Amino acid sequence: MSTYIIRRLLYTIPIVFGVLLLTFALFNVVGGDISFEIAGGTTTQQTIDEIRQEYGLDKPLFLSWDSQFVNHFKNALTFNFGRARDREPVIDKIKRGIGPSLAITAPMFLGVVLISVSLSLVIAFVRGTMWDMLAVVVCVTGMSVPYLSFILFGQYFLAYKWGLFPVFFSPDLSMARNVALPVLIGIAAGLGGNVRFYRTVMLDEMRSDYVRTAFAKGLSPQRVLFKHVLKNAMTPIITRVVLAIPFLFLGSLLLERFFGIPGLGYLMVEAIGSRDYPVISAMTYMSAILFVVFNLITDICYLLVDPRVRLE
Amino acid sequence: MERKAAVASLAVIAAYFALAGFIHIAEAFDWQIGPTLWRQQAGESYSPPGADNIFGTDIFGQSVLRKTLYGAKISITVALLASLISIAIGVPLGAIGGYFRGFVDEIIVWIYSTLSSVPYILLILAFAVVLRDRSIFGHKLTGITAVYLAIGLTSWVGICRLIRGEVIKHKNREYILAAISYGCSRRRIIFRHLLPNVFHLVIIDFSLRFVSFIHAEVILSFLGLGEANRPSWGAMINDARTELSRGVWWQMAAATAAIFVISLALNIFGDALRDSFDPKLRTRVERGS
Repeated sequence: MSTYIIRRLLYTIPIVFGVLLLTFALFNVVGGDISFEIAGGTTTQQTIDEIRQEYGLDKPLFLSWDSQFVNHFKNALTFNFGRARDREPVIDKIKRGIGPSLAITAPMFLGVVLISVSLSLVIAFVRGTMWDMLAVVVCVTGMSVPYLSFILFGQYFLAYKWGLFPVFFSPDLSMARNVALPVLIGIAAGLGGNVRFYRTVMLDEMRSDYVRTAFAKGLSPQRVLFKHVLKNAMTPIITRVVLAIPFLFLGSLLLERFFGIPGLGYLMVEAIGSRDYPVISAMTYMSAILFVVFNLITDICYLLVDPRVRLE
Repeated sequence: MERKAAVASLAVIAAYFALAGFIHIAEAFDWQIGPTLWRQQAGESYSPPGADNIFGTDIFGQSVLRKTLYGAKISITVALLASLISIAIGVPLGAIGGYFRGFVDEIIVWIYSTLSSVPYILLILAFAVVLRDRSIFGHKLTGITAVYLAIGLTSWVGICRLIRGEVIKHKNREYILAAISYGCSRRRIIFRHLLPNVFHLVIIDFSLRFVSFIHAEVILSFLGLGEANRPSWGAMINDARTELSRGVWWQMAAATAAIFVISLALNIFGDALRDSFDPKLRTRVERGS
């Protein structure tokens, strides 16, 4: 079992390497020398040179110990992301943005998971009936509406027209009031695809022989569902749930932008608008690291939940 | 009942494609009709839906109906090109990795694992931002080209994984072993024997992915990374952000409706395809099971 964990750990190294390679290729090679853009409109050669030196852009790309390539790696591994366009250290921006982002995504995540797993159990219970088909229709509909529209409709009707929630983030209000609407919208938008997925998982389990045996033995549907189906369906559920966690940190780009919540998503959108390569590069790297870490956690969870994995 | 829904969906999808193709041709030959005339002022600024303009007009007085129709061209084209790119990359890589295994396979798995570590939207955004003002081989990259390149270059992972898994499963089937035993060249095995047998996966994946490509294009346009001078659904929704507070709801409604209909049709059709190709994946439940 420990060999499994060690093997998985070792495998993360080439992945992290790959991600750094990717960000390097994107932002340093293809992106090119951005010192001119950082300097702004009219500027002297001296300013450009200073900027170059500070960002390390005057070093050769690959072929020396002090090349941009090597520095990229060194910086990333020590979480030194340099400065953004507006000269604030990137790491500070990130630290500032995590709180608000999590304030939205954590409740949203919990809400979606709890509601969709419960709903899918209920649907598995009423499988084959009209309610089941209705649920599928609602889910597919929900999946087909673009996320943007969800947000806009929600913002327009619930906040603007009916005044139930604040339209925009304001520091005077408590955090709870500020994020209530984004969280609600996020949950509503996310339910469609999730319920559909869990429904499929549950139904697949229901079709297996041991469930049929359980029903034949005369167990009540509740018992079968909770004691047998849910436990065995845990593998795909855990996969999906745990792998959704890294995305929490990114904040919802769109939700934050619409509601003006100063989180990481908002940071990203701004960075994209101003072509702020250091920020985008840093965020990409961080997301990937989180993803890799949580993949590892997922695999370890498999070990705990599914005895068959332990025997491999 | 499901059959009818699937066929209806196919009809809708065909209609969208036909519209997109039609607008392409119309632009190429410079015909002056409906959607190509989207720039023309069709009414007062911000006039609500009425007799002249079924969907109303936007801030410039342009007909929202025409803009919506034009948006179809952009979305469908982008999604189609992105699909082609991702299939062109993903299928060969998956087949090669799955068939040859060993070092080549390790490399391919490494590549797609790396790419899939970064959240999808973030990856697309990163590519789109970087590709935006570059030129490749002397060609200046316009906004929309960057969009479908970005989407295509990042979305091949899913299909690659699928194909690779299937190829690995098929590799030990008798017909492949037979082909090897009579000296079939490896390339021939892959292209003439393996690929046709796994291609149904490509088609299913394609129809389901198309939806996410359209949505990705909408988000990119919304964030300003798409085509700047042409109407697109994402840009229309972006305009709607400020318009809504002035009570102008029709532009957003039109764009949302257009996106919704094609997404719904693609979802239904994709499901129907999947059900018909592989009954094991069926999600419809028979009574008594």
